[in-house]
Amino acid sequence: MDSLLEQIERGTLWQFPGGVHPPQQKSLSNQQPIARLPLPDKLVLPLKQHIGANGQLLVNVGDKVLKGQALTKPTANWSLPVHAPTSGEVIEIKPMPSAHPSALPELSIVMTPDGNDTWCELSPVSDLNKLDHKTLIDLLHNAGIAGMGGAGFPTYVKADSHQPIEFLVVNGVECEPYITADDLLMREHAQEIVQGIEVMQQLLKPQRVLIGIEDNKPEAIAAMKRASAHNTAILVRAIPTKYPSGGEKQLIRVLTSKEVPSTGIPADIGVLVQNVGTLFAISEAIYKGKPLIERVVSVTGNTIGKPQNVWALIGTEIKHLLDCQGFTPVLEQRVVMGGPMMGFTLPTVRIPVIKTTNCILAPDNQELAEPGDEKACIRCSACADACPQSLLPQQLQWFAKSKDYDKLEAYNLFDCIECGACSYVCPSEIPLVQYYRVAKAEIREQKLDQIKAERAKERFEARKERLEREQQERQNRHKRSTSRSAKPDAEKAKVADALARVKQKQGDKSAVQAAIERAKAKKAADGSLEPDNSEVALERALRKEQARLYKEQKTSEDAPLAENAKEDSGKKDAVTAAIARAKAKKAAQQGEQENGQPQPQASEPETKKSDDDPRKAAVAAAIARAKAKKAAQQGEQENEQPQPPASEPETKKSDDDPRKAAVAAAIARAKAKKAAQQGEQENEQPQQPASESETPTSDDDDPRKAAVAAAIARAKAKKAAKQAEQENEQPQTSTSESETQKPDDDDPRKAAVAAAIARAKAKKAAKQAEQENEQPQQEQSVQDAGSTDATPQTPEQKRQAAIKAAVAKAKAKKQAKEQEGNDPS
Amino acid sequence: MKLSMASSPHNHSQKNLSRLMLTVIAACIPGIIAQCYFFGFGVIVQLMLALITASLSEAFMLSVRKRPVWPALSDGSAWLTAVLLAISIPPLAPWWIVVIGTVFAIVMVKQLYGGLGFNLFNPAMAAYVLLLVSFPVQMTSWTPVSSLLAQPLNLMDQASLIFFEYSANHTDLIGALTSVDGTTMATPLDTVKTAVSQNLTVDEAMMGKQFSAYAGIGWMWVNLAFLVGGLFLLKTKVINWHIPVAMLATLAFCSAIGFILAPGSHAGSLFHLLSGATMLGAFFIATDPVSASTTNRGRLIYGACIGLLVYLIRNYGGYPDAVAFAVLIMNMAVPLIDHYTQPRTYGHGAAK
Repeated sequence: MDSLLEQIERGTLWQFPGGVHPPQQKSLSNQQPIARLPLPDKLVLPLKQHIGANGQLLVNVGDKVLKGQALTKPTANWSLPVHAPTSGEVIEIKPMPSAHPSALPELSIVMTPDGNDTWCELSPVSDLNKLDHKTLIDLLHNAGIAGMGGAGFPTYVKADSHQPIEFLVVNGVECEPYITADDLLMREHAQEIVQGIEVMQQLLKPQRVLIGIEDNKPEAIAAMKRASAHNTAILVRAIPTKYPSGGEKQLIRVLTSKEVPSTGIPADIGVLVQNVGTLFAISEAIYKGKPLIERVVSVTGNTIGKPQNVWALIGTEIKHLLDCQGFTPVLEQRVVMGGPMMGFTLPTVRIPVIKTTNCILAPDNQELAEPGDEKACIRCSACADACPQSLLPQQLQWFAKSKDYDKLEAYNLFDCIECGACSYVCPSEIPLVQYYRVAKAEIREQKLDQIKAERAKERFEARKERLEREQQERQNRHKRSTSRSAKPDAEKAKVADALARVKQKQGDKSAVQAAIERAKAKKAADGSLEPDNSEVALERALRKEQARLYKEQKTSEDAPLAENAKEDSGKKDAVTAAIARAKAKKAAQQGEQENGQPQPQASEPETKKSDDDPRKAAVAAAIARAKAKKAAQQGEQENEQPQPPASEPETKKSDDDPRKAAVAAAIARAKAKKAAQQGEQENEQPQQPASESETPTSDDDDPRKAAVAAAIARAKAKKAAKQAEQENEQPQTSTSESETQKPDDDDPRKAAVAAAIARAKAKKAAKQAEQENEQPQQEQSVQDAGSTDATPQTPEQKRQAAIKAAVAKAKAKKQAKEQEGNDPS
Repeated sequence: MKLSMASSPHNHSQKNLSRLMLTVIAACIPGIIAQCYFFGFGVIVQLMLALITASLSEAFMLSVRKRPVWPALSDGSAWLTAVLLAISIPPLAPWWIVVIGTVFAIVMVKQLYGGLGFNLFNPAMAAYVLLLVSFPVQMTSWTPVSSLLAQPLNLMDQASLIFFEYSANHTDLIGALTSVDGTTMATPLDTVKTAVSQNLTVDEAMMGKQFSAYAGIGWMWVNLAFLVGGLFLLKTKVINWHIPVAMLATLAFCSAIGFILAPGSHAGSLFHLLSGATMLGAFFIATDPVSASTTNRGRLIYGACIGLLVYLIRNYGGYPDAVAFAVLIMNMAVPLIDHYTQPRTYGHGAAK
């Protein structure tokens, strides 16, 4: 048995299963030499004409460019540059319909030729051997060469293959009917193609180069044999004419008997395939320095007056090609880019020639009949007999129709090369390939969704884990704090322990366990009667954690502001605030228990214990608040002055605000926030427990007082606001109702201003709070209404109170917001 | 300019369903002519009856199923079923035999399963088996070869026998089928089977008048005519060679072994190949694409199993001929065969 190489040397060819013999129709276009076309009026150059990423734009609209000048530069990910096919001006850069079955717009450079066709400076290579591997690859890369047989895979990537290449297969098969572009190129430029082959030989060092040409192209075979006579490593092979022998996998099988693994690439089996057009482009790029700016395109079909091959500049619109070759459309004209088996119909003739366009086919309705209606599949398996991949198209069709994706994959749907042989032979005219395309797309989409779902699940689980961990941490912290603070529990435990010990003495180990369990049960039972400390503590710990986080965030945000404005005082403030905070925190731990669970039993002894701390904290907090208020007032008063007594002062505020005021206000806000935080810790739930804290019995608590003050202030503000509103209404509707209200008010204008400010503040606060909880507000208003009656005030006081109230309200709202943020967690 | 859009491929082989079906029907013509020559024109009458019944029942079922009638009817599959059934039943069987058979084939076996492409069983053979089981007398009363009949029947006689079950001169079916020597005749296969069961040798059985050197007079030629039609189908690539070759080879091989081991009780290969419905079955029945295996290896297995079953049933079963049974049994095995005979896809597993 001969080795594979010997068999190949001897000229052995192999068979691939299936295949069809559609009418050739090659003589239509291969009788004339390749023609040169006049320059088109405009050129449309999509940035992406290959498999891979776009290049990066190098030109702008209005730029004058020379022929061969790079318009984009390659970046990463298999990107290739595009070049100006002629000299002219860039007139537009915008998405244009692309040369793709979908014709989806693709970012394109539109240019108008200036007619001079002036080349930019070219740097051809004289001696190939002087160039190293890297330089050669870069030359190919910068020439923008992509596979010109159909897929448009970047050639430099292939040429840079790191796998050892045994056979370089040159694809001159051109098995699709009608197309003769490669045929004519081989006839006319065999020399250059062989030069291109030699470049690839130097790059890849294959043992043999096998040129496969279908035996229906005798001239091309002869030309290639002549041109490659000097190179013994190049073998020209005439292979039997059968569609789709030009398919990469099929050609490899025919020439080398090897099969490309299902999910692999030819390089995996030591084979690399290059189209003759690509090799010609390589030779042009290396020996003439010309980038890829034109290619041979077959313009053929019965509606073409002069069917032949033409040199088409990349970017030439199809319309130009058709017009130049004398196109007379028929009814329901189809214009196919590519051949009749695998080409796609164009929605418009305003689509450019790209690097992979090898044929424009404009058939009439006799030569390529319109497809008939799809009929029932009779399982004749003519499709299976035709399939070059040995698939079972008929089975795949059933699965595709029933969307049985698992079965489709089990029957190797993704090995389908979409050659169309099955559809071609199907007596029921079932558009099999279309079914497979759709099914493939659906499966790909499904897989993407799966990956997405997978990721979401991972994220969710990570989050769950994190939350659990945090909870665990909190619980640990809580355990530590309860062991310090919750004495009754400890005592209970002691009792239980004692009991257990007693029992232990009496009984054996099981008795001990029973005792412990009983003790535990008791404890649990107690817990349900008495305040459940653990829950409250947990909540508290949680809030504290968040408050701390918030504070940290705030201080880091506020710090630069404060420093900019008043470094010294800011620092001082910060120090005092920090002290206050620390104290407040300490106090809050205990104070909260009182606020959180207004159980007289538990709170009474504890308030005594923690008498000092909360008071101190409260004082500190009060000082901080006072400062904040003062600052706020100043800021507001400054703001106030230029403000007209409009109903929406904040809209105009920004116009007149002096910078100082803004800075001051910012500082004030920062302080207010700090204070508010402290206040929050003391006054755990300012909205919900508000009704409770209003009760006169809880006067001794500072937070409660603050709450009361805030409530009163709010009430005042509201009243003022109401009056102000009524004042505003008066000129329009002077009713008896407003008259009765009027006597209360001495200085309506001032009050109106105050009210407006208050409202503005409130609105601002409301805006900041994304989700406004309505209920607490209603509660407030109810209480406000109650407290207003009890406190008569002079107008001046009212004004100040209104401002205070506004500040307080803003604070309260901020707190509410924070709490809302806390609550769900 | 408005361009017309279509998905690739834009070319088609111009093969189509109705042409395929009509080619198969056309390939039956030599066999039908041979039948007419040897057994009279009864088969033509049966064909007409079957075609009309098939068209009507197909149209009826399609309209009941709310499907467009003409496109499905014009694909010719119902007509092919009708033709195959009509040439399978005895030429002088009463009219209702073929009508019941055709209605059953179209309505039950084909349309109730979902129409063309969805039927599990070969409609013509399922109907044939139904008739054979339900009306054994009528279904086994084959006309002797015309030349052997006491009173040769003209077209009118045959037609009236089919429609009124007695001929123009008032002889009934049995009377009409009485041969020259005053006995009615079974088919050669039946004769041999009966003879063997009566401990006669095959050679003795084949001494009868209805036998020529190799097989029954007439039957041999009818089979050869169907063989010609089958070769035409192979030539035009309407059918693949796998099923007929596998079936005939297996049948020949088995009968050869039987003949070598026990020549007295087992007829030879040629007798089996040229008797009964062998050739019709091999090229026209077993190759029905809808109910046959769809992979090439599967087709070989499928054909071989049919050949084996035909031989077994002919020799050891209760019925003289076995093509219909063998085909139906193997129809059931098709999904299994298909599942285990998938071809190796390019790039999967080791290339040779």
